[in-house]
Amino acid sequence: MQKISVVRIFMTLALILTSLNLVAKDAENVEKEGKDGLKTEIKEFIDHHLLDSHDFTLFSDKETGKHFGFPLPVILWDGGLKVFSSSKFHHGETVAEVDGEYYKLYHSKIYKTDAEGTIEYDDEHHAINAKPLDFSITKNVVSIFLIGLLMFFMFRGLAKSYKKNNGIPTGAGRFLEPLVLFVRDEIAIPNIGENKYRRYMSFLLTVFFFIWFLNLLGMTPLAVNVTGNIAVTFALALITFLITNFTANKNYWGHIFWMPGVPTFMKIVLAPIELLGVFIKPFSLMIRLYANMTAGHVVLMSIVGLMFIFKSWIGSPLSFGLAFALSILELLVAALQAYIFTMLAALYFGMANEEAHH
Amino acid sequence: MDKLINDFSFGLFFWQILLFVGLLLLLRKFAWKPILDSVNNREEGIKNALESAEAARKEMQNLQADNERILNEARAERDGMLKEARQLKENMISEAKAEAQTEADKIVAQAQATIENEKKAAIADLKSQVAGLSVDIAEKVVRQELADKDKQLALVESMLGDVTLN
Amino acid sequence: MEIPRIIGAGLIVIGAGVGIGRIGGQAMDAIARQPEASGKIQTAMLIAAALIEGIGFAALFAS
Repeated sequence: MQKISVVRIFMTLALILTSLNLVAKDAENVEKEGKDGLKTEIKEFIDHHLLDSHDFTLFSDKETGKHFGFPLPVILWDGGLKVFSSSKFHHGETVAEVDGEYYKLYHSKIYKTDAEGTIEYDDEHHAINAKPLDFSITKNVVSIFLIGLLMFFMFRGLAKSYKKNNGIPTGAGRFLEPLVLFVRDEIAIPNIGENKYRRYMSFLLTVFFFIWFLNLLGMTPLAVNVTGNIAVTFALALITFLITNFTANKNYWGHIFWMPGVPTFMKIVLAPIELLGVFIKPFSLMIRLYANMTAGHVVLMSIVGLMFIFKSWIGSPLSFGLAFALSILELLVAALQAYIFTMLAALYFGMANEEAHH
Repeated sequence: MDKLINDFSFGLFFWQILLFVGLLLLLRKFAWKPILDSVNNREEGIKNALESAEAARKEMQNLQADNERILNEARAERDGMLKEARQLKENMISEAKAEAQTEADKIVAQAQATIENEKKAAIADLKSQVAGLSVDIAEKVVRQELADKDKQLALVESMLGDVTLN
Repeated sequence: MEIPRIIGAGLIVIGAGVGIGRIGGQAMDAIARQPEASGKIQTAMLIAAALIEGIGFAALFAS
């Protein structure tokens, strides 16, 4: 217990220190411009942090314009496959020329542009330049890949340790096995039922650990906001939706299109509502995970940013304490959101497999 | 909502689907299946072990009950045998006693009968001897008495006197 | 245009907050009354809270 607390404190400190490093330099830079400038700076920093990025920047120095990190490959489909390094963009400062076409990075998105890098805007200051199909290996893709690799080796190790040690896990498996059993005994079996839970176990386990690990990765100083990205949660929700509806039995569809036990008029009224529910369920899954993780990051980083706005002996320690408490809360939320996503998915699978009992 | 749609990155979505499904399939084959199978096997094993332990316990109980029963039976048998033996002994003793008694009685009776017979014979012998002696004596007496005529007369006289008295 | 939407979203968030608060409170009551059923109550509570939360988020993002 003692050890875990120490680790948490260390992690939180590291997170705050990294952020501090980032904002401190900026703070010096904009001190002359006053607090409003600093606020804009922090807001931009948070906005940038929430978005995906085409390079893996660990921290940057705005004064000298240096970025520390490494570029990632950019893969575009624009009348042909185009692959090049994101270092060509110079963090959005220059226009990348590839095979006679010009591309510019603007607000973490790649736009097609001309040699000067002109970006045209509409009335609401949105860029209206053409966007090529972007299959780049971004920071989030790298994180997903790394977490996938980590999960594969962790659970492969657990599976192997059973064979080696006569059915009893060793090492990290002792920590992982109760979690696997938790998903099986607390999530899958109560919600899906003893008979049919088996074929959903792979998905539930994968999605639980995937979300949980990525949430935790977001709490490290790397602070990649993968589960707070709508494309990722949309993909997870879409897979849940497809599994639910492809494994659903007759009884489930019967309850949607022709609700038993109610008058015919009500059946006609209920059908569209129930059908809407089929889509709302995964939609709420998507929005819930996205909003919780994004909100957590925004609040945490805002409070970290407050330290540099207060710049006093009372305000800054206060917001430091608050950020510390919130970090601990976010660690809980990381596990809770993984649990809720998995449990609701299991609940939907259970609904799709319910036998008629009228 | 606009912001959400604006933020949506198709590339990331594509990679997420690809990586997630790949991870799902890989983990299913190499991790989840062996893990869940091992856990199931272990749980089955524990359940079986518990059941067999329970069965063994029952068997043991049965065995113990059997032993107890056999022991009780043996004890009862032994008791019965002892009792029988004791009875047999008593019977034999009493029989022997009775036999001895009758034998003794018989011997005594025989002895008594013999004694009686002997006595009777002795008495008869005595009687006959006494009678012979008496006759001899009487003969001698009579011979003596009758040698003298007077005495004969006197005797007759006395005898006659007795008769008159009668 | 912007302000009524924000107010509407705020109202929905207040409603969702009250709803989740009530769910939590009632679940506490239920657990106090039947501590042995706490597992089932917690699950039901989380599901209900998650559904209301979804409405709250939908409102936030619609605004």
